Amino acid sequence: MAKRIDVSGLTAYYGSHKAIEDISMTVEPRSVTAFIGPSGCGKSTFLRTLNRMHEVTSGGRVEGKVLLDDEDLYGAGIDPVSVRREVGMVFQRPNPFPTMSIFDNVAAGLRLNGSYKKSELGDIVERSLKGANLWNEVKDRLNKPGSGLSGGQQQRLCIARAIAVEPNVLLMDEPCSALDPISTLAIEDLIGELKERFTIVIVTHNMQQAARVSDRTAFFNLAAVGQPGKLIEIDETERIFSNPSVQATEDYISGRFG
Amino acid sequence: MSTALVADKRPSTLRGARLPKWSPWAIATGSIALGIGIGLAAGLDSEVQWGLLAGLLFLLGTYGIAARVEGRRQAKDRIATALVWVAFILAVVPLASLVWATVQRGVKVLDVYFLTHSMGVVADSEPGGGIYHAILGSLEQVGLATLIGAPIGVLTAIYLVEYGRGSLAKAVTFFVDVMTGIPSIVAGLFILSLMLMLDLQPFGFAGSLALAILMMPVVVRSTEEMLKLVPNELREASLALGVPKWRTILKVVLPTSIGGIVTGIMLSIARIAGETAPVLLLVFGNPFINANPFEGAQASLPLYIYQQYAQSAGSQPAYDRAWAASLTLIAFVMILNLVARGIARWKAPKTGR
Repeated sequence: MAKRIDVSGLTAYYGSHKAIEDISMTVEPRSVTAFIGPSGCGKSTFLRTLNRMHEVTSGGRVEGKVLLDDEDLYGAGIDPVSVRREVGMVFQRPNPFPTMSIFDNVAAGLRLNGSYKKSELGDIVERSLKGANLWNEVKDRLNKPGSGLSGGQQQRLCIARAIAVEPNVLLMDEPCSALDPISTLAIEDLIGELKERFTIVIVTHNMQQAARVSDRTAFFNLAAVGQPGKLIEIDETERIFSNPSVQATEDYISGRFG
Repeated sequence: MSTALVADKRPSTLRGARLPKWSPWAIATGSIALGIGIGLAAGLDSEVQWGLLAGLLFLLGTYGIAARVEGRRQAKDRIATALVWVAFILAVVPLASLVWATVQRGVKVLDVYFLTHSMGVVADSEPGGGIYHAILGSLEQVGLATLIGAPIGVLTAIYLVEYGRGSLAKAVTFFVDVMTGIPSIVAGLFILSLMLMLDLQPFGFAGSLALAILMMPVVVRSTEEMLKLVPNELREASLALGVPKWRTILKVVLPTSIGGIVTGIMLSIARIAGETAPVLLLVFGNPFINANPFEGAQASLPLYIYQQYAQSAGSQPAYDRAWAASLTLIAFVMILNLVARGIARWKAPKTGR
């Protein structure tokens, strides 16, 4: 299930603006990797290059290699749609489909891809909702609209929707920034459970969260506004938060800037 | 002790004199009475002038009284409110009087017989006859125009919002804007020139083509706005699930905006249902029932109204029929609007728990 990601020499642009430059890193399977760094340093952009969502933005293009278990996502003949089935994504703001019920939201990925057996659909939805720790809260109202749930429930619904298509990697772009502490805790617990099955990459502005949930942490920074963001260092989370090898990381983590 | 007394005597800065709640009504009644009075005294014979006079007096009176009692700031607030009300009434009065006049004169001959018979054996100056052939023609022409115009319009809007980049999209937007401004008679002349080239006689479908030309830009514009309202996050959420773009549009973007799109289409149908000029040129009009839009002249409601008025040399039965047909046309458009609202409400994204 879970796959390794190997990034080498990745540079991403918005039109002529270079957003991130020359990033190389390895993301281990069945682990949580957190990206931290000041706003505008390209964490989210980098995350979106990992499932080819960056090019959805107009003017977005990418140079470099992203290997998913030895297959280059940007190689010739690679279908971005298939890439996104392997590398799922959860967004900052919960975005359930407003026209669909809770059940349909979770089933959306399978239904819209057309790759499912009708008899299995109910099981998959139940399994995904249980996987997202939402089943007990919604099992009696699966046919109610998903937008009627609370923010934290909606975000877990989006996670259930993302894991229902059984991706290999799950990307999370600040999944808790719009949520209260209790919902955040629920999602963080969930991340701990999900890493048994998926490779997880999470962008967060909350350094305590990075310290709590991740195995490895990558620190991004940019030299100045308008300059491209760069990867400063990536290491075991414990080392990053106790004894980072770069001064800028220590300054950022200890709150001296950013 | 003495300071407390002084403080008590100081007037409150938070509370000022207020006009009573009924004062706008009183001022309105007063200014209407005064308007009528001045109108009668000065010998103004038009009631419109009385009304305008009353509106002006209402604005001046509101400002004057409020400025005197409440102060200048509150007076400005009141005059802004009064302006909105006067503008609203100025807009509603013609509409209400139009509907009233049509209903009053239209119900005279409007009955089941009128709706189910044609003018086939009735001379234009005689009483009797009906509008069945015109209703049939209108439904067929407008229906065919919608079948052509709505899909092309919606697909164009999808192209512009979801795919359009660069100069082609700009050109399409520009030409849609130009098309919005095409007078209906020009669209009719365009199709007429084609008909003359092909040596064809007037028939219903030719009218449909001209109506479709008029309908398309309206559908494109309204659909475009509705598609732009769909949050980008929904598209990204769907794409990130590995759903191809065309399925994302079909299954996520369109269902989310379908209510607004349908409303836009219905409004554009309402717009073309009242078109007379292209129908006059291309469909020609026909007192007999012709259910085949692809051959032979047909009638349509707006055309029927015009012809009853123009060709009857002032005979009262023809005028009555024209009014009754107008009422039918208004009812038809009104029903379409209600249907559109119903669909919009029914299809709107649900928020309930």
